[in-house]
Amino acid sequence: MSSYLSLIPKRPIRLLLLLALCLAGVSCDSSELNNPYRADEEPGAVLYQSFEERPKHLDPAVAYSSNEYAFIGQIYEPPFQYHYLKRPYQLSPLTATKLPEIHYLNAKGERLPDDAAISAIAFTDYLIEIKPGFYYQPHPALAKTARGDYYYHHLNSVDIASLNSLADFIHTGSRELTADDYSYQIKRLAHPKLQSPIAEIMKNYIVGFDDFSQRVADKAKFEMSALPMTGLSVISRYQYRIRIKGKYPQFIYWLAMPFFSPMPWEADAFYDQPGLRDKNITLDWFPLGTGPYLLAENNPNRRMILQKNPLYHPDYYPSEGENADRQQGLLKDAGKKLPFIDKVVFMLEKETIPYWNKFLQGYYDASGIASDSFDQAIQFTGNGAITLTEPMHQQGIRLQTAVETSIFYLGFNMLDATVGGLSERATKLRQAIAIAVDYEEFISIFRNGRGLAAQGVLPPGIFGYAEGKAGINPVIYDWTGDQARRKSIDQAKQLMAEAGFANGVDPKTGEPLILYFDTPAAGVDDRPMLNWYRKQFEKLGVKLVIRATDYNRFQEKMRNGNAQLFIWGWNADYPDPENFFFLLYGPNSKVEQGGENSGNYHNSGFDRLFEQMRNMDNTDQRYQIIQQMQAIIRHDAPWVFGFHPKTFSLYHSWYQNLKPNLMANNRLKYMRIDPVARAEKRLLWNKPVFWPLGLIAVALILLILPAIQSYRLRAQAKLA
Amino acid sequence: MINYIIRRTVYAFPLLLGVNILTFALFFIVNSPDDMARMQLGQKHVNEQAIANWKHQHGYDLPMLWNAKAPAEEKLTQTIFFQKSAGLFLFRFGVSDSGRNIGADIQERAWPSLAVALPTLIIGLVVDICCALMMVLFRSSYLEYAGMVLCVMLMSISSLFYIISGQYFIAKVLKLVPISGYDNGLAAFKFLLLPVLIGVFAGLGSGVRWYRTLFLEEVEKDYVRTARAKGLSETQTLFRHVLPNAMIPILTGVVVVLPLLFMGSLIMESFFSIPGLGSYTIDAINSQDFAIVRAMVFLGSVLYVLGLLLTDISYTLVDPRVRLS
Repeated sequence: MSSYLSLIPKRPIRLLLLLALCLAGVSCDSSELNNPYRADEEPGAVLYQSFEERPKHLDPAVAYSSNEYAFIGQIYEPPFQYHYLKRPYQLSPLTATKLPEIHYLNAKGERLPDDAAISAIAFTDYLIEIKPGFYYQPHPALAKTARGDYYYHHLNSVDIASLNSLADFIHTGSRELTADDYSYQIKRLAHPKLQSPIAEIMKNYIVGFDDFSQRVADKAKFEMSALPMTGLSVISRYQYRIRIKGKYPQFIYWLAMPFFSPMPWEADAFYDQPGLRDKNITLDWFPLGTGPYLLAENNPNRRMILQKNPLYHPDYYPSEGENADRQQGLLKDAGKKLPFIDKVVFMLEKETIPYWNKFLQGYYDASGIASDSFDQAIQFTGNGAITLTEPMHQQGIRLQTAVETSIFYLGFNMLDATVGGLSERATKLRQAIAIAVDYEEFISIFRNGRGLAAQGVLPPGIFGYAEGKAGINPVIYDWTGDQARRKSIDQAKQLMAEAGFANGVDPKTGEPLILYFDTPAAGVDDRPMLNWYRKQFEKLGVKLVIRATDYNRFQEKMRNGNAQLFIWGWNADYPDPENFFFLLYGPNSKVEQGGENSGNYHNSGFDRLFEQMRNMDNTDQRYQIIQQMQAIIRHDAPWVFGFHPKTFSLYHSWYQNLKPNLMANNRLKYMRIDPVARAEKRLLWNKPVFWPLGLIAVALILLILPAIQSYRLRAQAKLA
Repeated sequence: MINYIIRRTVYAFPLLLGVNILTFALFFIVNSPDDMARMQLGQKHVNEQAIANWKHQHGYDLPMLWNAKAPAEEKLTQTIFFQKSAGLFLFRFGVSDSGRNIGADIQERAWPSLAVALPTLIIGLVVDICCALMMVLFRSSYLEYAGMVLCVMLMSISSLFYIISGQYFIAKVLKLVPISGYDNGLAAFKFLLLPVLIGVFAGLGSGVRWYRTLFLEEVEKDYVRTARAKGLSETQTLFRHVLPNAMIPILTGVVVVLPLLFMGSLIMESFFSIPGLGSYTIDAINSQDFAIVRAMVFLGSVLYVLGLLLTDISYTLVDPRVRLS
């Protein structure tokens, strides 16, 4: 033993002892060595979330995707919002005093009664009154000197050289929200430089929008505030009016979207100064709103931080909801002042593995469930019910599910010679395919059960959706007992025979019928799904040829009508059946009009009912018309109605006031966090473990010692 | 030497121009401006007018390389290629297709890439050299044979496995460091520990083998036999004589990669959420942001040319027999 001890050199021993002391010192305060957040950054209630892809735009005139709304929904305030708790989804005033006054006018501008015939209505006025006393967040664009001049509206290159972010501007200011700001934002939608995604839609509705767009094309944005738009009037400091063409009841839902939030002209005057853009100091990256939060830090490469707006107007948690809300504790905070959370930290996490593990460690407060961690989190009971696994229960994690207001479907190009058209032959062919493609199986295999097989075009939660037996697609399903069962493959084959394709054989060639499936899903991960689709068609004896291309080539095929079968999807802009049925409205054909009717479906009976239904209020009559429309498209089968996705979300026990609301973008203000409970759990779950390191060090030493011994013996032998 | 440097710098211009043209051609063979517009505008309510407007605002409605309808020199300057690429030679990278200043983004993101790559390089170099010298010291023993087998095994395993295993074992099981993330200044230390450790470990196999080969070549030379004959111990011989002479190829191999350290490692940055230039480039490729792609390819080319020039200069510094002409 002593000979081995003598082999150990003294200097490395001192180093090892020093390392051991360091480890000991660290272990004295070894709580949460793996905490990715700084301790001094966590005063108050802080919510930690992640984002996978940095938002491209935070300008409310341009932003249109859910990852962008996650931020701007908390910063900008349109006049209306969706009630957080009530169902079905309904609008309530946000900055407005009440829902808008809606007046119908004829072509001469004369007022019509509320029940006037649609054909008589030439214009509709929306009169909106906003509440006084609402202020913008503190911002350098609104900072004024004692004389009343704007501090930062005349910056030169010397001033800008020293500035790197918005935080470098020392002075900030605020002012009251006015009706002018809402008017200015609508004008911004029309400015060609901003390329608002809804500009082309609004041209069809807001009077004078198109003309205004052409007049301001070569003007600076803030100069628009002085230019009039025919269909837009500011009546008083707190009142404005929007005039649209014809009758379009769904316009009110657009008014609840960030596109129609207010924007002070000072924002464009400030941000459009030369030089600021070179520093990435733009409105697209540093929003300016009246909402409960402001964007305190915007580093889309690492993290984005929302901080409570110190000038946020009084806003209170709702006192009403659905019947079950009280039992679930969702009305505990009724009447209390919002928001409850002081700060929201969004961290960029591109990969699911680190994101999932940080959630389990308590460093994220909520999480989705990726496919590779699904089995860790979810298990199915004997009767098919979904529940969390035991480790999840032990951590106190809760599961929330919600059916999205979306649909994914397999579409037929109705202009195609084989699968298109409304002939009996083509219709029966499509019906047979719709029976054969088993979307219940698809959901089970590829979505881990996270979906609801679609019975028609409307998802749950949208007016017109029927539950149970009344809502099934009788072409595809039979109602047996208490549930819908897919018809048998024999019935599908019978339809094929009636269509002239007995056993899947094309009578023209005598060979199996060949159909082409165009898809942008060309990756290795998509192969199992594409093989699955092939097998569904093989049940009918039909050969499905996959034509996989990149996304842009696929879009080109769809525009030119060269696709035969394809997969498509739609997520609701607003909770109205018009936003789904318009996808099948003839004049919206993708090939002929460049519209959203991707299958180019055209049935004049359906179109007539759509034109009748789209402007109606939610009455029994409207409901009946919707059922007739569903019956038509179920019979014609322009789509194989796929599924409505179901989201599974996991939340830690300290995260409260959660209720799925798929329409509202501004839910964060209602959430509550218990930071004390979270700190306790994190401490419990994140105690570092040191002994394996010691074990590895000992193993290395034991490995090297014989070699050192051998070397020394060799050296001594040489000397000898 | 000054003449040599000037000459190499001048040679770089046609090279960089060629790289620019090749990048341009490759990018637009696969993507058209219409495709780029659709990628930026999203999927909802996108019609031909919106696409045309986007292309006009971003300058993609011009001809690609030659504008036949324009007068005089504008036939060349009023083209997408000139508008998007000319400023590169003045290091004016312009604005990305999503509206952010590229130069500012590059400046911000270069340092996190360097914060991972530089320690990985230096520590990796030290560890690899020490292990290689140990193997040479204990050559023909079980330690060397076991070491060689271990090196081959380490080389055979994908770096992705190291990353996932490292995160699982050290961050999740042992809870010693954060799984991912980044911070500014000294606070970045705890976030860099794991990626640097993994980077060093992943490069251990190939580095040790390579340096061992260099040292073994030197060990057989006459001056080493002379050193031993003079009575120096094996360790003294290795560290004072073999190592300095073997440093010439080592040093030149290291110098060439120094400028490229800024470009970052894509996989490492993705898994560890490090806001570096590697993930910046791949995000731009995925979103078909030509402005960023061409800026990063140009920057990479410049850094590579610079690296080669530094390598040539370093040769003259470490080997007095070499002269640049």
